[in-house]
Amino acid sequence: MTPTVVLPVIIGGLYAAGVYLLLDRSLTRVLLGFLLLGNATNLLLLSAGGPSGLAPILGYAEAEEMSDPLPQALILTAIVITFGIAAFLLALIYRSWRLVRQEVVEVDEEDRRIARRSDTDADEIDPDDLAPEDRSAMHADTLAADDEVERRLARHFAGIPSDDVDLPPTRRADR
Amino acid sequence: MISVLTPLPVLLPLLGAAAALLVGGRHPRTQRVLSILVLSAVLVVSGALLVLADGDGAAAVSVGDWPVPLGISLVVDRLSALMLVVAATVALGVLVFAVGQGAADGDEETPISIFHPTFLVLIAGVANAFLAGDLFNLYVGFEILLTASYVLLTLGGSAPRIRAGITYIVVSLLSSLLFLAAIALVYAATGTVNMAQLAVRLADLPAGTQLLLQSMLLIAFCIKAAVFPLSAWLPDSYPTAPAPVTAVFAGLLTKVGVYAVIRTQTLLFPGGALDQVLMWAALATMLIGILGAVAQTDIRRILSFTLVSHIGYMIFGISLASQAGLAGAIFYVVHHIAIQTTLFLVAGLVERQGGSTSVDRLGSLATASPVLAVLYFVPAMNLAGIPPFSGFIGKLGLLQAGVEDGGWLPIVLVGGGAVTSLLTLLAISRVWNRAFWRPRAQSPEGDTFEAAAADAGPEIQPAAVAADAPGAAGTDADGGADRSADADTDGDAAEGLVGASAVAAPGGRRTARQAAWKRHAAVATASTPATDGFGDEQGRERPLQPLPRVMVGATAAMVAVTVGLTALAGPLYGVAERAAGDLLDRTPYISAVFGGEDVP
Repeated sequence: MTPTVVLPVIIGGLYAAGVYLLLDRSLTRVLLGFLLLGNATNLLLLSAGGPSGLAPILGYAEAEEMSDPLPQALILTAIVITFGIAAFLLALIYRSWRLVRQEVVEVDEEDRRIARRSDTDADEIDPDDLAPEDRSAMHADTLAADDEVERRLARHFAGIPSDDVDLPPTRRADR
Repeated sequence: MISVLTPLPVLLPLLGAAAALLVGGRHPRTQRVLSILVLSAVLVVSGALLVLADGDGAAAVSVGDWPVPLGISLVVDRLSALMLVVAATVALGVLVFAVGQGAADGDEETPISIFHPTFLVLIAGVANAFLAGDLFNLYVGFEILLTASYVLLTLGGSAPRIRAGITYIVVSLLSSLLFLAAIALVYAATGTVNMAQLAVRLADLPAGTQLLLQSMLLIAFCIKAAVFPLSAWLPDSYPTAPAPVTAVFAGLLTKVGVYAVIRTQTLLFPGGALDQVLMWAALATMLIGILGAVAQTDIRRILSFTLVSHIGYMIFGISLASQAGLAGAIFYVVHHIAIQTTLFLVAGLVERQGGSTSVDRLGSLATASPVLAVLYFVPAMNLAGIPPFSGFIGKLGLLQAGVEDGGWLPIVLVGGGAVTSLLTLLAISRVWNRAFWRPRAQSPEGDTFEAAAADAGPEIQPAAVAADAPGAAGTDADGGADRSADADTDGDAAEGLVGASAVAAPGGRRTARQAAWKRHAAVATASTPATDGFGDEQGRERPLQPLPRVMVGATAAMVAVTVGLTALAGPLYGVAERAAGDLLDRTPYISAVFGGEDVP
């Protein structure tokens, strides 16, 4: 018998569409892409069983006329697994939406931070060249103003007079 | 005997998981005891299997007594028995750690009623993957362990875990689909998925088809094993999970991938067609992984990157395709499962003790908790391969195998392996220096009043201030007043300390200075940190709690296991060498499945 061209075309189409969707940042599309890929793989398994035949039931068909039952068993298992994981992924997408109001694959902030790090050692850095949020807590510019320092000192150490001697500022102003 | 024992490492955790789920909500204590008992039983069974498999050789069990190529077969040979023993050991250690953590924290970190059943299912999946005698059962084993790992990784459902979980799940799904497609193609080409039968039938295929099937399987397994360039998902997703989860993932999940690569390269495709590619991949994995580790500042991320990097050693050993190389790889897998799990457990303890895993924020851990320092130091040196430890033995075995091979590429890899080992030492000793030895005061997070007062040093002491004053006065706006103040004698210094509030008055400047010093002293000696009412006090200075004893005990036991690997290195390396011989021979595996009959 001649091999059918329909299955390979469908499989190829599903794979192409699935990969395309999988490349998207939106999680719903990733999920749809995963489902398409899963179906494509199931069809691939089905076509791996060879030409189609009668239902593989003893007494219903002769052994030569049966289609191969093993890929069908494999497909059933794979469908169950795909189904379960798709459900889990949907729950995860919903959770992501509840948490951060978006359902895209997010950037790993730690990666960004590491990538942004300057390649100079901390000792070589002039704190004045840094952006204010990168300066160490004790840098003078991190406090709002001198009178802010004075007010805080007065609050904490009442009865002890303040002056303009170089005191450690109490805390970052931005915290 | 062996036919009774073989299914147990899969069955026991699955049944245990069901029971743990049933008792979960109402009897958390029963649940903990139950899961620990189940895993102990798995460990005992695995140990018995290893003894049997090492004594009598490989054995196979046909589930449900179906005739061999039709039914599902579970195969125990030396390699899978050895992997089972190590997996059960680390799983038990991690479980006890998790129980300790749950007891210490209550249920907020790890919802315990879900954690225990899922953890047992994960172990069932790992055991199933190690025992699987056909490709599809291997796929099912992978899916069991992956599905359990999805749940464990997103435990609690906080935003960072969801973010990490999504990356992890999508990548794992892709590799599973690739694996499934490869199974479909393998079945289409050979008409079987039984690995022993495949070992015979695949050899008859045209070389091109073989290469396609082999590379599809290898890509799927290399994603799971985190081999560069397929490793980027790992450092992004592992560090956010709870400490015991990360530990068991780091120890076991990638090694299941490595195990599958070993089977592919020895049993299914022994021709060594892709060895060169694997060697380049191993070199890139080692170097790029460890360079990533050097760049990181978070302990868990550093460990994740060293995990990726050291997978390269195992792939190197496999790609040599010699008995020495495979033996080295197997020994290294055993060593690395234990060591990486232990280090992640220690990272969990560090986070507990120091309140963070970022080395920028940690300090003085060696004085705060000397036990923790020892627990970190021993496995860390072991990981880097410092001589008395098993890491050294494993690396030495691999490097010797590489030199024996003699080709230029293995020699390059030997060099790469040595460099990686040194860079590992750099990465982990940086953690040691910063988190354990550096005084907390020097870390950016240690910028506190106390630290500032201590760092300010002698120049703000009263005598020194007086001596410095003439020099400093030139820059002061009110330099004239300063100078006149300094003209006073030291005699009236004591009375000026109290009550003075005027800065404008002559001599008030000096008084103010002394008052400032007093304030410094008050700040520096304050027993509790000052509060300014901005509400950022809580969490900044956690009171130092003693580490929970169970967690320290579990970690110490794991450290003892890693050290014990050194003591047992001789017999262990013997088992690894015999296992490698079996793998290259292939007949023990095939004849175990087919019982000496001709392979159909």
